[in-house]
Amino acid sequence: MGEQGVDETILEVQGVHTFIGQHHILQGISFDAKADAVTVLIGRNGAGKSTALKTVIGLLPSSKGKIIYKGKEIQKNRPFEIARMGIGFVPENMGIFSELTVEENMRVAMLVENEATARRLDRTLEMFADLKKFWKAKAGNLSGGQKQMLAIARAIVNDTSLLLIDEPSKGLAPIIVDAVIDAINRIKEHSVVVLVEQNFYMASSVGDYFFILDDGMVAHAGHVEALIQDEALQSKYLGISEAEE
Amino acid sequence: MAESILRRWNQELTIAGAIVLLLLPLIGIQPKTYLTLTIAGIAMGMLLFLVASGVSIIFGLMDVLNFAHGALFAWGAYVGFTVFKYLMKWVVADSVLQNLAVFFIAIVAAMVAVALLGVVLERVIVRRVYGNHLFQILITFGATIVLVELIRVFWGPNDETMTVPLTFAGNWDIMDVIVYRYRVICIVIGAMVYAVLQLILKKTKLGTIVRAGVEDRDMVQAMGHNIYLLFTGVFAVGAGLAALGGLAMSIFSLQVYPDMGGTYLLFAFIVVIIGGLGSVTGSLVGALIVGLTYNYVAYLVPWAAAGVNILIMIIILLIRPTGLFAAGK
Repeated sequence: MGEQGVDETILEVQGVHTFIGQHHILQGISFDAKADAVTVLIGRNGAGKSTALKTVIGLLPSSKGKIIYKGKEIQKNRPFEIARMGIGFVPENMGIFSELTVEENMRVAMLVENEATARRLDRTLEMFADLKKFWKAKAGNLSGGQKQMLAIARAIVNDTSLLLIDEPSKGLAPIIVDAVIDAINRIKEHSVVVLVEQNFYMASSVGDYFFILDDGMVAHAGHVEALIQDEALQSKYLGISEAEE
Repeated sequence: MAESILRRWNQELTIAGAIVLLLLPLIGIQPKTYLTLTIAGIAMGMLLFLVASGVSIIFGLMDVLNFAHGALFAWGAYVGFTVFKYLMKWVVADSVLQNLAVFFIAIVAAMVAVALLGVVLERVIVRRVYGNHLFQILITFGATIVLVELIRVFWGPNDETMTVPLTFAGNWDIMDVIVYRYRVICIVIGAMVYAVLQLILKKTKLGTIVRAGVEDRDMVQAMGHNIYLLFTGVFAVGAGLAALGGLAMSIFSLQVYPDMGGTYLLFAFIVVIIGGLGSVTGSLVGALIVGLTYNYVAYLVPWAAAGVNILIMIIILLIRPTGLFAAGK
């Protein structure tokens, strides 16, 4: 991160189309993620937010368009190759291996087990103290919040430059959401984050830049601060009325 | 607290129930005969475990229904048969060392040859149909036909007699309980394979990744692991286990024949359905249930022997459709 300038773009998604079966989900989506920032993809259900992240990590193939990570096209690479380039992924369902212990989940995540990884693990466990407490416990027995912590911890234990997180606040109690916000703000110091989020409170708490997705396309983009001020935009694309706020 | 007590009670009740069921045949069988049948049942169960564990891991991790597993089983038997044929002097020699050596060579040859065959099968055929069960069934069924016909081409269409290494032939009479030596060997092989598989799956990073892959393949990929290489490796291990099962079963049944895989594949599927797809321990427990039940019922009600395991499978499917053990266990 130290070498990256403030406006350096680490990820560029250019005119990407993705199909799931017969359904044309992403219809020429374009967005980018700048260094030292959290980019938030927001939008209603079915807008294509999760599909966008899965396409970047390679779990869904793009039929058209380019995905450029650190200047290199990656849209043809396989998921494990993309992950090894330093992209971490936290899926919407968290992707926890519930039959494995917390320790085993972390071990699977560690691509290399050396001193640097050990240091990152220490830092991660310091951030998520509960994981240390339940280190030998089966991950399936953790609470929803702890599972989310584990999912994020797995993604940052490697030398991750870009972290893709899909709806980390989903199904969590407000107090846990605050803990996740705190965690993302700390992760921001080491990695670029692309966050998919429907929870406007969370999106506005951690986001620097936003892209509003609508029907598989980017409808609006800009600084999150501008979005916070723009109630009409919030109402039109996010279904947020003044009363809800 | 209450939940953990209930869970403990549940476990204790399950163990008590299993012991009662295990001892139930004693009502109609003399204790000495019961012991002989029990050893025979465990030996058969261990042989079925060798076949079923491969089917289970391949399905659990790769979501592939491999109907060619039976043909790989037959190939293992024939490779072992060939080794025995060329080293027959060692097979019939009155020497424990030579008998063990030829048995070991046959095992290694069968497992390596069929594991390589498994790699070819996975790379050339199975890889094209990932994610499509119907195509998997059709294409692996087609592969079975080809592999069985190749056996006929290389070894001929007739049944062949398999020779038991001299040390493994015969039996021990322990206080009027007849214990066939080779059955004990089968139990030892099965127990060793289970221990090694558990050790790899539970204590090594590779094994942990495989167990993780059984739960969520996409996530394992997104964590930077080459799932395709893992698939090939697991398919090769599954094929190797089928080969070991085929060789061990051919010595058990004293014969090899081209279609021998079909019969045992049916048993293997019953075992994995009972035990739970993707679970090695489930395969072991399922195989022991099938082996023991088959032997007890074959003694008490011979005409019902073949059907009883299907009945158990139906009951398990109705009560617990995912099988007795969770995937990855």
